[in-house]
Amino acid sequence: MTYSSSEMMTVAAARALGNDDVCFVGIGLPSAACNLARLTHAPSLTLVYESGTLETKPTVLPLSIGDGELCETALTTVSVPEMFQYWLQGGRITVGFLGGAQVDRFGNLNSTVIGSYAKPKVRLPGSGGATEIATGCQRVYIVMRHNPRTFVHALDFLTSLGHGRTGRERRALGVRTEGPALLVSDLCTMRPHEDTKEFEVVSLHPGVTADQVRSQTGWPVTFAASVTETPAPTARELEVLRDLNARTAAAHGAVVGE
Amino acid sequence: MSEFLSLPDAVARLVRPGAVVALEGFTHLIPFAAGHEIIRQNLTDLTLVRMTPDLIYDQLIGCGCARKLIFSWGGNPGVGSLHRLRDAVERGWPRPLELEEHSHSAMAHAYAAGAAGMPSAFFRGYVGSELTSVNPNIRTVPCPFTGESLAAVPALRPDVTIVHAQKADKAGNVLIEGIIGVQKEAVLAAKASIVTVEEVVETVAVAGGQNAVVLPSWTVDAIAVVPGGAKPSYAHGYYSRDNAFYLAWDVIARDRQTFRAWIDEHVRSAVPS
Repeated sequence: MTYSSSEMMTVAAARALGNDDVCFVGIGLPSAACNLARLTHAPSLTLVYESGTLETKPTVLPLSIGDGELCETALTTVSVPEMFQYWLQGGRITVGFLGGAQVDRFGNLNSTVIGSYAKPKVRLPGSGGATEIATGCQRVYIVMRHNPRTFVHALDFLTSLGHGRTGRERRALGVRTEGPALLVSDLCTMRPHEDTKEFEVVSLHPGVTADQVRSQTGWPVTFAASVTETPAPTARELEVLRDLNARTAAAHGAVVGE
Repeated sequence: MSEFLSLPDAVARLVRPGAVVALEGFTHLIPFAAGHEIIRQNLTDLTLVRMTPDLIYDQLIGCGCARKLIFSWGGNPGVGSLHRLRDAVERGWPRPLELEEHSHSAMAHAYAAGAAGMPSAFFRGYVGSELTSVNPNIRTVPCPFTGESLAAVPALRPDVTIVHAQKADKAGNVLIEGIIGVQKEAVLAAKASIVTVEEVVETVAVAGGQNAVVLPSWTVDAIAVVPGGAKPSYAHGYYSRDNAFYLAWDVIARDRQTFRAWIDEHVRSAVPS
């Protein structure tokens, strides 16, 4: 079966989630990946959206973080202050899924501005939940499309802490959670080096070359000692993902979330 | 005790030029009709407070109503940018907009602190984030018991909070169901409040079960009956989110003239409810 690089990215992200995870889900790619995991290998995966919906099982992907679908299919819905106080800050979430406009080699994220803060070239939406998701969840998975404008040498603004500007700040600040543990792009998957915390390529998606990754990364990207090939999406994974996207498109009258 | 007023009367009585105003509703129950009334009454120099500015603040900002914005996520959910917000921040049109930028967790804690009558909120947050260097209202304090460094932000105490709810009853109590967001905290934190509702029922105590969010009438100043008052957002149990309009807004708001024509046609010339 042929598939797109977006489908490969979503499938690779979905595979990182397990039945025991409690996942704080963002809109777009993370939402597609989390629901794909729930509909395939991880039926007991618990999904939480920042609008306060606990253990939600949407049949279509939400367009916004607070769609009625999330509330209607949830075990219960709590207020937004309770969501951030008891559930995120309280340490109940195992995995937070994040993206942004820019990521650096240590998994720090920018979702605030391109250019200077005072005179931005592009004013981005801002933190939303990301700043505390980055430190409150046990682990953070990052899903972003690979290109030199998004995988940058230096962030224009550090909205959400990864391992810090030099890879050491997270530990120095006494943050007790693990932080960014996986980065999935449309070209490869990356994991932080045990000591330096710099993200290195651990698997290339089928048909992708190391040079392609180098040319699309804004820093001199490194590769793990043994780089594997990401297993291609199975027929079952593609079928479930495409069904989910088709249901979503029919429900919203437009393609969202990929 | 809450008083039933028309929406124009409620806004005229409780929203003053230069006031700190919060219109809350997390994707759900966004009080669009009330925001449009603020535009029609030409209330300006407002400090607008809202976790997710959404289309309603894009409209208020594009109409020049706001001097300052206190927020934590300023996008068109699932679609992209808020172009009027960006134009104000990037090019000062139609007037410069001062930003006080937070994270969701900080805003949620700050509303809860306001509702609790506290001067500030303490929480575990902003660690390593450069938001601390652009917002002087983000500070740190040591926990007096453990020494842990905690983030502190001032409590939010709006002059007036406006929310939309499903039901009020004849005694003026308010029921909110579904995704309840920060509405209860935002109303209790405010010096005055306006609630627009879909309908008035005999009693909300029965309708909402034992633990549904009920704002007692003595916590609300004005109630205005505005069916459809949250459109194009949604009211759980009444109507769905108009996702097509959220997509269409991206085109309308991208251009200043298209935006102004839309506001003239759909807001300024609209008959107040």
